[in-house]
Amino acid sequence: MLQLEPRAATPWWLAIASPLMAVVATMVAGGALFALMGFDPVASIRTIFWDPLFGPASGYSRPQLLVKAGPLILIASGLAIGFRAGIWNIGAEGQYIIGGICGAAVALAAYPAEGAWIFPAMVLAGAAGGWAWGMIPATLRNWTGASEILVSLMLVYVAQRVAAWMAFGPMRSPEGFGMPGSRNLQHYPSAANPELAAGTGAHWGVIAAGLAVLATWFLMSRHIRGFRIRVAGMAPRAARFAGVRPETLVAFCLGLSGALAGMAGLFEVSGPGGQITDSFGSGYGFTAIIVAFLGRLHPLGILLAGLLLALTYIGGELAQLMLQLPAATVQVFQGMLLFFLLGFDTLTRYRLRWRAAK
Amino acid sequence: MCNGRNRLTCQKHDGDGVTTAELFRAEGLSKTYPGVRANDDVSFCVAAGEIHALLGENGAGKSTLVKTIYGLIRPDAGQMRLGGAPHAPADPHAARAAGVGMVFQHFSLFDALTVAENIALGMDAPPRRADLSRRIAQVSAAYGLPLNPARRIESLSAGERQRVEIVRCLLGNPRLLIMDEPTSVLTPQEAEILFATLRQLAAQGTAILYISHKLDEIRTHCDRATILRQGRVVSTVNPRDHSARELAAMMVGAEMRLVDRSGRQAGEVVLTVAGLTSAPASEGTSLQDVGFQVRSGEILGIGGVAGNGQEELIAALSGETTGRPGTVMLDGGDLSAQGPEPRRRAGLLAAPEDRLGHAAVPEMSLTENAILTGATRQQLQKRGVIDHRAARCFAETIIADFDVRTPGPATAAGALSGGNLQKFVIGREILQNPRALVVNQPTWGVDAGAAAAIRQALLDLAGRGAAVVVISQDLDELLELSDRFAALNNGRLSAPVATEGLTLEQIGLMLGGAHGMEVAHVAA
Repeated sequence: MLQLEPRAATPWWLAIASPLMAVVATMVAGGALFALMGFDPVASIRTIFWDPLFGPASGYSRPQLLVKAGPLILIASGLAIGFRAGIWNIGAEGQYIIGGICGAAVALAAYPAEGAWIFPAMVLAGAAGGWAWGMIPATLRNWTGASEILVSLMLVYVAQRVAAWMAFGPMRSPEGFGMPGSRNLQHYPSAANPELAAGTGAHWGVIAAGLAVLATWFLMSRHIRGFRIRVAGMAPRAARFAGVRPETLVAFCLGLSGALAGMAGLFEVSGPGGQITDSFGSGYGFTAIIVAFLGRLHPLGILLAGLLLALTYIGGELAQLMLQLPAATVQVFQGMLLFFLLGFDTLTRYRLRWRAAK
Repeated sequence: MCNGRNRLTCQKHDGDGVTTAELFRAEGLSKTYPGVRANDDVSFCVAAGEIHALLGENGAGKSTLVKTIYGLIRPDAGQMRLGGAPHAPADPHAARAAGVGMVFQHFSLFDALTVAENIALGMDAPPRRADLSRRIAQVSAAYGLPLNPARRIESLSAGERQRVEIVRCLLGNPRLLIMDEPTSVLTPQEAEILFATLRQLAAQGTAILYISHKLDEIRTHCDRATILRQGRVVSTVNPRDHSARELAAMMVGAEMRLVDRSGRQAGEVVLTVAGLTSAPASEGTSLQDVGFQVRSGEILGIGGVAGNGQEELIAALSGETTGRPGTVMLDGGDLSAQGPEPRRRAGLLAAPEDRLGHAAVPEMSLTENAILTGATRQQLQKRGVIDHRAARCFAETIIADFDVRTPGPATAAGALSGGNLQKFVIGREILQNPRALVVNQPTWGVDAGAAAAIRQALLDLAGRGAAVVVISQDLDELLELSDRFAALNNGRLSAPVATEGLTLEQIGLMLGGAHGMEVAHVAA
């Protein structure tokens, strides 16, 4: 029978090959699924992975790539740091929502004043909101030992209710004819986060994502704090010996990933999203977990993985439009991607051996 | 009782001494691990109906020896015979089939299952459950080991769990029953029940190989004792003919080494520890009012069996756990509330026992492991930014100065042998020129050459005026290195005394209950 046998060392190429194999396996399994549903598998896969970039409608869809990838990369950069240290923030979605709400609150309070200070203040408020939401699981873990996995996840649902309350209550636009949802910040110049260069899809959030990739790379590979975060993930006792206080580390990782997710939320509400609605959270916070792992928790990998996942979003929408594929396709695809990645990851740590049954 | 019978049979080595009573014989067993000769030409024999003790310090090779007999380890050299036939079990199945049973120090039982279910799981061909329960009841009644086959393990005491393991062995009708430190988990009352069972088994002809540190226990209950030291058989004796102190001397080695104090002069007090008391941890031993002083140029040796507070002591000194004000002072400065980094800055360095995962990160390179504790004192970082070139340079210096055998500083720490990694860890701290250095088990699992190099480096460090604390289980090492000696027992530290002129009896008395020597000593 087949048995798994631990490897002494992981060959370097396997660490890179495993995500690529996961992508290929997702395409194959996805194609098979579409074939079973009665769709042409090749056309479906092409519509999802090829057409958004090079197809006839790519003029519309190509800018969307950065629009979707920006928040994913920004959030995943923060999450990856905690994941390296063994601190599992599963609630970036909630921090994203709260960050968006806090940033929007600054804009709505300032409305209709104009000023160059408004947008930076919104960014700070967004980061602060996400940070605060992330500090709840950090504090509970440090004080009571509560699992940050559960607390951060449950706070997502709290954040979703807060968003609904804001959309129906305090933030409802007075000019919205009673419809739920805040004013549209795209129409408020001092607070808007527009496309910076036409046709690219790049807004301030994309710039921030790029900076986050650079900054986290510097932190993890050049700075003593990043070094200690890696030690903590590999050998917690060695980290204590080196002088890492676990409580500080928990607060740092959850606070930082919360702040980055909160900023992502702010850039979304002031840019592509435009307003706080009861369905403001769109799953970026969860998808970013896949991005972080698909990117091997490495900043450069996260950059590539963020673009790939953004592609599945856009391609999925396109396939829905062109081929009438069901809307759940995107989620199935993303789920399969993580599933195959974890599966192939096993092979980086173990090798398959055929052994005669005893 | 098991005394008297068949005692001499196995001690004869004149060629014709093999009698029918000899059950088990080992000849020239050797087993080498990287850096350690766990068993070195071990020969001894056990007679049927005898309770035979295996006596030795931690690391003397007792466990390796019994695992070899039980088929868990293949010896590199040597033969075994059981009941006259060659005994070379490929695995524990084969050993059990040949009539060897073993009760481990740590139980392997499933809490959620019943006694009968657990026993059935360990059998190759379990009988029907009702039959098995009946046999369990019979065996447990016959040997005075009351046990209800339908009880769940989780509701049993440690002594009852051990009974399950013993009954499991007895169902296989072993001719040789091995017991690894069986009384370490038992109350005195439970231990008495166990000995009654063992005597009954021996009376029926079963040979029992009994591992323990507890000298009084062995002197009371065992017919013969084979004493191991550093993997070799020192002697096989009748434990009743010797006092506990004589047995202890055989265990730790009777020869006293001269302490070389050349070039060292005790100066001013550097490290002061006073009233150190740690909160009880969930596992381990809490420290109770530990206090000592170490002077410049002096080495203080702290002896005792692991688990008596050694881990807690080094954590309290390294700064991994912090304490009340005034408990840890370096050169008059109070470091009690400081973490590891401020203590390093002040000059108090430490090297914990566990190389993999505590003193070093196995997955990281030697360069990165040099950063682990050297970042501040060696200026491997400037305002938080790591200077990788300086770090690699520091790692290369450690490798060169301490003769670390490795392809280079980019090698992962986990790829080094234990001795080489230990040299790296100790070297990393010594080269940072500490004011005071605390090491735990500095030569544990290290081959003789590397151990000598590490000891010499510690002596040299003290010679340059540092205060050194060596925590170790190895009495030879402590006598060789330290100027003063103290024993850590159950979280309490004895008052340090000068090593010079210290006799093994005095050390045994200081170690106290840790080896069970105090009781024996008083009785002797």
